[in-house]
Amino acid sequence: MVLVVALAPLLVGIVRKVKSRLTRRQGAPLIQPYRDILRLMRKEVVLAENASWLFRVVPYMVFAATWVAAALIPTFATGLQFSWTADLIAIVALLGSARFFLALAGMDVGTSFGGIGSSREMMIASMAEPAMMLTVFSLALVAGSTQLSTVADYLASPEVGLRVSLGMGLVALVVVALAENARIPVDNPGTHLEVTMVHEAMVLEYSGRHLAMIELASALKLLLYVSLIGCVFFPWGIAGSDDGIAGYLRGAVLYLSKLVIAGVLLAVFETSTAKMRVFRVPDFVGIALMLALLGTLLLFVSRSL
Amino acid sequence: MSAVDFTLLIAAALLALGPTAIFIRRLSWAATFIYASAIVMCGLFALIGLAGLAGYGIGSSQVLPLGLPWIGANFHFDALTAFFMVILGIGGGAISLYAVGYGRHEHAPMRVLPFYPAFLGAMAMVLLAADAFTFLLSWEVMSLLSWALVLTHHQEEDTRKAAYVYLLMAGFGTMSLLLAFGLLAGPDGAYGFAAMRGVTRTPVMAAVILVLMLLGAGSKAGLAPLHVWLPLAHPAAPSHVSALMSGVMTKIALYGFIRVVFDLLGPSAWWASPAVILLGAVTAVLGILLAMMERDLKRALAYSTIENIGVIFAALGLTMAFRANGMTAAAALAFTAALFHIFNHMAFKSLLFMGAGSVLNATGLRDLDGLGGLIHRMPVTSFLVLVGAMAISALPPLNGFASEWLLFQAVLLSPQIPQAGLQLMIPAAGGLLALAAALAAAAFVRIYGVGFLGRARSDAARCAVEVDRFSLAAMGLLAALCVLVGVLPGIVIDAISPVVEAILAGRLPDQGQDAWFTIIPIAEARSSYNGLLVMVFVALSASLAAWAVHRYASRQLRRAPAWDCGFPNADPITQYSSGGFAQPLRRVLGVNLLGARETVVMPLPGDRSPARLTVEVGDPVWGRIYAPIAATVSTVSTKMNRLQFLTIRRYLSLVFLLLIFLLLGLMIWI
Repeated sequence: MVLVVALAPLLVGIVRKVKSRLTRRQGAPLIQPYRDILRLMRKEVVLAENASWLFRVVPYMVFAATWVAAALIPTFATGLQFSWTADLIAIVALLGSARFFLALAGMDVGTSFGGIGSSREMMIASMAEPAMMLTVFSLALVAGSTQLSTVADYLASPEVGLRVSLGMGLVALVVVALAENARIPVDNPGTHLEVTMVHEAMVLEYSGRHLAMIELASALKLLLYVSLIGCVFFPWGIAGSDDGIAGYLRGAVLYLSKLVIAGVLLAVFETSTAKMRVFRVPDFVGIALMLALLGTLLLFVSRSL
Repeated sequence: MSAVDFTLLIAAALLALGPTAIFIRRLSWAATFIYASAIVMCGLFALIGLAGLAGYGIGSSQVLPLGLPWIGANFHFDALTAFFMVILGIGGGAISLYAVGYGRHEHAPMRVLPFYPAFLGAMAMVLLAADAFTFLLSWEVMSLLSWALVLTHHQEEDTRKAAYVYLLMAGFGTMSLLLAFGLLAGPDGAYGFAAMRGVTRTPVMAAVILVLMLLGAGSKAGLAPLHVWLPLAHPAAPSHVSALMSGVMTKIALYGFIRVVFDLLGPSAWWASPAVILLGAVTAVLGILLAMMERDLKRALAYSTIENIGVIFAALGLTMAFRANGMTAAAALAFTAALFHIFNHMAFKSLLFMGAGSVLNATGLRDLDGLGGLIHRMPVTSFLVLVGAMAISALPPLNGFASEWLLFQAVLLSPQIPQAGLQLMIPAAGGLLALAAALAAAAFVRIYGVGFLGRARSDAARCAVEVDRFSLAAMGLLAALCVLVGVLPGIVIDAISPVVEAILAGRLPDQGQDAWFTIIPIAEARSSYNGLLVMVFVALSASLAAWAVHRYASRQLRRAPAWDCGFPNADPITQYSSGGFAQPLRRVLGVNLLGARETVVMPLPGDRSPARLTVEVGDPVWGRIYAPIAATVSTVSTKMNRLQFLTIRRYLSLVFLLLIFLLLGLMIWI
């Protein structure tokens, strides 16, 4: 559990660094996100005058829900202590809780930007969440389980070859991950004061330690999606529950390299595409929804696809 | 005294309380007395129901020498009745507690008091009835009493229209039920439920009965496209009656459906189930989309009721599909999900309607765009409504998620069904249900964000005060129930299992022995969920983070004006309104699915009149189905009107022609 929190800002750092290098800038050092979070934590909170108790509780709730969801995803080993607590559906729903609270916080101060952010976030989520759920369906149908450890174990086993439905699921999940993490074609994470911002508009009124918790939570969410895609679609080298220390070490090294690769790929993708208009986003996420549905239906047409 | 006698006695007492209210109307404590007695009797209902689920008093029956002379009035108490008694008892009890406080604000209490306890009693009679005549009679009494309650504020034009539509739909529903029972009884006239179970029917006959039940019970529950009365009638009633109608009466309608289709009809053919699943899924999406667009708080809640009814019907359809293929374990899972969701919806929808009633009481407003900032003025109500909103949005670890989780697990069992059509349809319906769940979260962020958060948009909202303790206690009770059931779903699943066992002759594995109250519907390797641990983990990590930050980092805090990106605006009207919040989804889904239209009228250059944006969005069912029917009826009746002004010769010749026509018909028939 501590591992994911410790690693999450690093992933953000990698993405930012690579993006800077790709646009021929020096870029901030890799540990800059850690410094940012620590700096924010030490600062005082400037709270809007009519902010309610909900506004002050939300950062911790969002962080906790994301943290628990992230801790339930196998990173480099499948034998998690509490993996039976919640399955994939519950993980999706936990992320939904985090989003619900964040959207409420956006509405709490009563500013126009907060409303814009909440309203668009919920619009995107209402397309992305079913897409993710359908991807979960097709995974569960392949592996015969919604338990993430079991799914990862099964998909790591040699009898699963290349499958069309899994490929569709992968594309769908990547699109969902881009949309949910406010990455570029959907939203711009590096912006402030842009009429089309979504995530940043919701958290506009936050400052100090509250903002630190929210930043940490969104870094965690990015790591969560990367780990999820890694353990489900690229489960190479993930350690089983009975592997020894060597297996764990190998798993950890491979996991770190997966993170780096994902970070680099994301940065390359973000620099090479432009941001969409807000009302094009539903089409983009709708593709994910359709692909996920097709992937699920293909499984019914033929077990081996 | 057996369970059925005891329950009958309480139901009769409730029915008798109605006329009593008329006699004691001059006394100052009349309202309190009526509602307090209703609490006690509903509490007894809940206790009897719980005892029934534990196995006491199951199977007792009673025949009274009333009703049809040759069979009398039959009453029976079994596990299904017991489960719905719990729903009626807890829902009715909490709502009556709320009414002790809320009812004081009623301008004309005598328009509510005589009908309210009798309505509760009639619902109990529906649950107990064990022959067609008693069932239909109680059903009709229930409908008429609720109609009278809808008419409480009859001075308002909208209320009268709502009551009229409700009366029409209730009449239509009862007619369908009448036909369904006629077919169920068969040529021998087996009107008792016990006799109906023994009749063998052709699959086509069973399908006709199913369709009639979908029309009859579905129209009462709010199944699309028969739902149109519900968003009119439920909000028109006083709020505690709205809560009772949405939270409890729709469940009684579902009881009627389950009793006939699952108990009396027996297993149906597999091709009957896709219609139910699809109707349910479509109802769910349509209902929640309309809730998203609605700016009247109570009406939005009524639309969300339609969504939940859709979810429950989808689960019931899944049960039918699994049962037709003899997959008892899967059918038990889907049926448990349906019953669990029925229980959950009773808890959170009653809670939310009470919250809406409290808001109405404190501000006099139902329009979301007049509210705002209530979290400062009504902190307790706001917190309790937040719990309800989280529960209905299916967020873990609350109860709404537990039942949706079970439903998704049931959907995932569909590959084992042999029919290819069903196999392809069920995951698609699962996708629709996931869409409905995501939209529900959006709809409730909107309702809560616009209504309770932000800054007050009117003086009424600015001066709102917290409501009385009875109301708060009732809401607190249901909110606690939402949390408790969500954290310990295993207990509820075990409590439901006798019902599932009685209907399907199979049940889910016993959840009581699993460690830490985990629920495992099929096998541990397949899926498991533990609400308690999820809650403990979230609470622990949230408090750990808060503690660490406050201890080692900063704990300073300064209040300042809102920043808003450098554009602070003092006018609360610049906040997002309910329509503005819904705009993205209206453009994305509303244009195609609801036929939403936006028109912008821009003044010409130099013209000083304001620009206008008009949004047209409404229930597509009205325009496509009901308006043509109403137009046809109107045309035909205008044409028929001519018959009123004929001469006596023409009337006589008409009678003569009819006679000849009938005789001819008779001749051909024989």
